Amino acid sequence: MNVSNTRGPAEAGHYGALDFDDVIVDDVSRRFGRRRALSRISFTVARGEILGLLGPNGAGKSTMLSLLATLMRPTSGRIRFGAFDLEIADERAPQLRGRIGVLGHDLFLYPELTARENLAFFAGLYNIDDANRAALTALERAGLADRADDQVGSFSRGMRQRVALERALIHNPRLALLDEPFTGLDDASAAALVGRLKGLRDSGAIIIVATHDLDLAEGLLDRALFLRDGRVAHTAAQPEALRSTYRTVMGKGGA
Amino acid sequence: MLHAIWLIVRKDLTVEVRSREIAYTTLFFAVSCVLQFAFALVKEGKPPDDGAAGILWIAIAFSGTLALGRTFERERQSETLRALLLAPTARPAVYIGKLLGIVSLMVLTELILIPLVSFLFQASLLAHPFWLLAVVITGTIGFSAVGTLFAAMLVRARSRDVLLPVLLYPITVPVMIAGVRGTAALLQPEVDLGVVRFWVALLISFDVVFITLALWTFEPLMTD
Repeated sequence: MNVSNTRGPAEAGHYGALDFDDVIVDDVSRRFGRRRALSRISFTVARGEILGLLGPNGAGKSTMLSLLATLMRPTSGRIRFGAFDLEIADERAPQLRGRIGVLGHDLFLYPELTARENLAFFAGLYNIDDANRAALTALERAGLADRADDQVGSFSRGMRQRVALERALIHNPRLALLDEPFTGLDDASAAALVGRLKGLRDSGAIIIVATHDLDLAEGLLDRALFLRDGRVAHTAAQPEALRSTYRTVMGKGGA
Repeated sequence: MLHAIWLIVRKDLTVEVRSREIAYTTLFFAVSCVLQFAFALVKEGKPPDDGAAGILWIAIAFSGTLALGRTFERERQSETLRALLLAPTARPAVYIGKLLGIVSLMVLTELILIPLVSFLFQASLLAHPFWLLAVVITGTIGFSAVGTLFAAMLVRARSRDVLLPVLLYPITVPVMIAGVRGTAALLQPEVDLGVVRFWVALLISFDVVFITLALWTFEPLMTD
């Protein structure tokens, strides 16, 4: 386990950021009023690993991602990013956020701004030196360079999803949290995303994906956590035949 | 932190320049409000004594509430407020950025409102432009400081449109009183600048207290 302050763009996304080698979720529960969204969840995910969170709607996948993104606090239990514990070292939370990239179910994009302006805005927030150049590079990677100066509001869902993915990954995060990343993508874009995520994993990123798309997940995940009613129902170390495992774990009509 | 604040303000103003949604709606609402008061209260070309100050601040408060709601509705639609909270900067930077954006939009509306109220109510609002500016700007900052915090807090509440004025107006009563009294003092035939200075000092105190409290509470309120 290693914690360090790094500055190089390849390692820290141009931000003098805290770094970590693993994420440890230790006996985490989360309540919303009387409703228990997550109950005593524990797992560890390390650099170079893609973990899948699978489960039906309301299983707690998005809540888990929000907790990992530091947008919420656990009701009980702890989340540690390497040796960094948010409960203890709150003042370093901005540095930690500089190492996390989040793709939400909503896309976190401003429809009135162009694709380039959106990405340059977020690149600027992440202190990337030449935000405009970073935005254009990201749009080339998404295959949308020719639409760089079009407002995002005029894009199809799939195109917005591709821009949103670039927004989430523009600062080269150590931890990427992706909620339904395949939504709206055509087959070619989905395959390209799988390739991109595997590349990120191979470069040492920690990737956590919440998805319903079991076919795409099967070729992508290194490990799968099946959530049901806010609890871990099953863990698959080498996820093969995810669909049949999912049906067995969740019962009929699951996926 | 300053860089993040600047980026957020510039982004808000760019979005507004593209859509002009908030500027048009708040301006239309504020002008309608003032016109209705003029039709109701100005009798045979004679406005009510000291009416202009109250009507100006009612229009500022109502149109400001509209602007606050719309600004955060934008951040809610694609959950972009969450993206701002995820940025590697102190979260109060998000608050300050949004506050400055709202103050800019409200000042834009006030630039139209003040001459309109001055004309319709025959009030010499522009006789002491520096002091009027001091009262209006400090009052607007105080109102927006509380409003920005509440609007951000309520962004995911189902009945946010109802709750925002219910929470905002009672807490901003001191700002409204100081704003109205300070503006009314400027409309007297013999302006006592000492009185105006007192109300401006009071508004500055409110601004400092409200902004400090908001900066202190913004992160915990937005995290959960």
